[in-house]
Amino acid sequence: MTIIKTKLNRRSFLKVSALAGGGMVLSFSWLAGCQPSPEQEKLGLPDEWFELNSYIKIGDNGLVTLFSPNPEFGSNVKTSMPMILADELDMDWKKVIVEQADFFPERYERQFTGGSQGIRLGWNPLRTAGAAVKYLLVAAAAQTWEVPAEEISTSGGIIRHEGSGKKAHYGEMAALAATLEVPEEIKLLKEIKDFNIIGTSRKNVDGSKIVTGKPMFTMDYKKEGMLIAMIIHPPAFGMKLKSFEAESVKSMPGIKDVFSFKVHKEDYEQNAFDTTTHPELVAIVGNSTWEVLQAKRKLKADWEKSPEREFVMAGWGGNKSTVKVPAGLENTEKHKASMEAHSKRKARELRKDGNPAAAFSRAAKVLERTYTAPFLAHNCMEPVNCFAHVTADQAELYGPIQAPEFVSNTLSERLGLPKEKIHIKLARMGGGFGQRAYGHHMVEAAVISQKVGAPIKMIYTREDDMTYGIYRPTYTATYRAAIDEEGKLTAIHIKAGGIPETPIAPNRFPAGAVDNYLAEGWEIASNITIGAFRAPRSNFIASAEQSFLDELAEELGKDPIDFRLELLDRAKNNPVGNNNDYDPERYAGVLKLVREKSFWDSPRQGIHRGVSAYFCHNSYVAEILDLRMEDNKPVIENVIAAVDCGIVINPDAAANMGEGAIVDGIGNAFFGELPFNDGVPQKSNFNDYKMIRMSEAPRKIEVHFVKNDHDPTGLGEPLFPPVFAAISNALYKATGQRFYQQPFQPQLEMMEQEIKVGQS
Amino acid sequence: MAKINLNINGKTKEVDVDPNTPILWVLRDHLDLVGTKYGCGIAQCGACTVIMDGNAIRSCSTPVSSAEGAKITTIEGLSENGDHPVQKAWMEHDVPQCGYCQAGQVMSAVALLESNPNPSEEDIDNAMNGNICRCGTYLRIKKAIKTAANS
Ligand code: FES
Ligand code: FES
Repeated sequence: MTIIKTKLNRRSFLKVSALAGGGMVLSFSWLAGCQPSPEQEKLGLPDEWFELNSYIKIGDNGLVTLFSPNPEFGSNVKTSMPMILADELDMDWKKVIVEQADFFPERYERQFTGGSQGIRLGWNPLRTAGAAVKYLLVAAAAQTWEVPAEEISTSGGIIRHEGSGKKAHYGEMAALAATLEVPEEIKLLKEIKDFNIIGTSRKNVDGSKIVTGKPMFTMDYKKEGMLIAMIIHPPAFGMKLKSFEAESVKSMPGIKDVFSFKVHKEDYEQNAFDTTTHPELVAIVGNSTWEVLQAKRKLKADWEKSPEREFVMAGWGGNKSTVKVPAGLENTEKHKASMEAHSKRKARELRKDGNPAAAFSRAAKVLERTYTAPFLAHNCMEPVNCFAHVTADQAELYGPIQAPEFVSNTLSERLGLPKEKIHIKLARMGGGFGQRAYGHHMVEAAVISQKVGAPIKMIYTREDDMTYGIYRPTYTATYRAAIDEEGKLTAIHIKAGGIPETPIAPNRFPAGAVDNYLAEGWEIASNITIGAFRAPRSNFIASAEQSFLDELAEELGKDPIDFRLELLDRAKNNPVGNNNDYDPERYAGVLKLVREKSFWDSPRQGIHRGVSAYFCHNSYVAEILDLRMEDNKPVIENVIAAVDCGIVINPDAAANMGEGAIVDGIGNAFFGELPFNDGVPQKSNFNDYKMIRMSEAPRKIEVHFVKNDHDPTGLGEPLFPPVFAAISNALYKATGQRFYQQPFQPQLEMMEQEIKVGQS
Repeated sequence: MAKINLNINGKTKEVDVDPNTPILWVLRDHLDLVGTKYGCGIAQCGACTVIMDGNAIRSCSTPVSSAEGAKITTIEGLSENGDHPVQKAWMEHDVPQCGYCQAGQVMSAVALLESNPNPSEEDIDNAMNGNICRCGTYLRIKKAIKTAANS
């Protein structure tokens, strides 16, 4: 039993009597545990609700509403977070309703879904909130029945006192419980072995709404008098608006207004989630989507080259910096050339152990390989959009946003309204992957609504979305290994950079496992904007590192898993340097598990296997990918993943996330790429930006979880980074060629061509 | 503008719109049927799939004028209570992640099973290859289709 200090979670315990202010609670959701008919739904509604804390509301009939604090973009937090509450509360999952909480910083600690941190950081607050409500209910029963609280037990939403045979459901004690104080310390957290909801698979609480097409996304939102808005942004990075002919479209059917606007005020200090690619946009507002789309296509606008510009960025802890946005129209060929040049120059030292220079000069052999990857677009299936209704004294927004906290400040400044007057509802998002951490679309929608004085829904077309920026950066990494006369690895040197950031995490593996180690980083400024993308930086550096270790293992004549385990053994027993930010034992654990589950030691005829492993977002993952060549094309038979992310809340949903991350990784490894010419993104829709489709997905995916009692850690991202090298390492086995440049498809096609020529 | 009569989910509806308006936007903006989604607008992603006279079509690229006299089924019209075998199979396998593509996936699957009640692996790949799922739920979609086929 753990003692918890409720003071630490003060906000979770605030009882705010008015629920999030006028009409901010979203529509009634179905019961979480089953799919009731509309009849049951009606029967189940209580006459009165009692709010026990920010997360839990109990009806007089025993029905319980759990609020899911974090925005949902598909990682299933809307199911798994309430599962944690329900388990500590000893609630019957079948009698639970789940609702999406609005953005409400006074009530919730951290309403940010991203960085795979939702569950990790929600774990203790949610358990505490559940346990505290159970405490209050028991205390209320003890008072009512005049028996000691210690003699009372709870299960499935029922309170019992053995001695007197008394029993009541939670609803009967809720009124009294709501008047009691939460003590500063309670000793009620369950033992892990006593969990009966956590660790069991529960269906997505929104499953039936999704498959029946209920409105749940911002895209589906509608309000009386609402207009549709679209934007036009410059066609290229490095361009800005010169002029436009509003009159040319103003008289088109359904068009209400055409104007340009600045996303931020002149002297605004941006925060890190304010990425605004283009400071000025044109807006077209009208009655219906199709009418606005026609006008958007027809509007004549002129663009000009943008000079170098700069803005002030307010960083963490009050630090300010001036960010320069270079002028110029960039293109991919030049990017490649300048990255190559940078790779050869001296770079910033990020970590050094031992004497790498000496080790390299003494080396009998040096293995050096360079890896590259292009810019990637997020391509969430729901294009960027946002509903906004801004009036003289308040703003109401409904939008796909992973990080509402940051954008609420920005909105307040831009609209000139106090923060409490900005109400943000959290919509289900049609994908996030990092893109929805940035709230520019909410600011744009709000400014448009303020200007036209009406509720509006702003919609990006797919083309707007794909060409707006906030991309995964392009990267290059050069790995070098020194091998001595006895064939022993003596040093590793990594030099990696990108546009505009370096992907290196210098204290991660293989740091700590090699006597002489040097990590260096460099970066090149650009006007193409970037943002978080599923496992930022890790998604590239893992691919480079794990491909290199594969080649190095081969060079040293070792099995690739054994080689990694040897390094991890060294890091565990005799670590090099300080601050190694991984646990070598847990890292080795996933490699051992994947070796066992994949029958690595019994290879199969015609199946080419690649292994890869990575640690990020506090979780460890190892993957083995099996492929077979059919007509000189790779067909992925199976991907076997071993994951250590601590306690798994909802195993089947967790497996689903893992499968998705693997499919996503395969798609991006083979096809993902966004090139530029004169600042213009060369792909703008799914006809030219190739996404993975069903026939290219693996035939099978197995996700195995390490069973342990560690607190839960990230899951949405960690399965993504290792996939890339699992593929390149398997492709090497299949073709005899190493794959150093992402995406891999062009090299494969070239090989196929050569084989054809050779045969004819 | 023109008055157009439509038959959607068994009900007759009259709309007064530009006849070139894609069915997608008529459903979403004029008829409040927002289950059908916009993903690309150019018949590449399948998010907007509806069934017209038994065939899965991309409603983003089909003008409403061509729907006159045809029978259209959208995700909202598949069943009263979400108990169409395909919907049930989807829930059984807990297919969706973000959920945005799923209405289109379900409609493509329904059209497939109506014309081919026992599809092979390859039939499924072919029928579903026009539907992108950015979240990567393809394996579960496939399993759900097999389950629905067997029910
Ligand atoms: S929206 Fe119609 S196919 Fe993409
Ligand atoms: S479930 Fe998110 S796009 Fe398919």
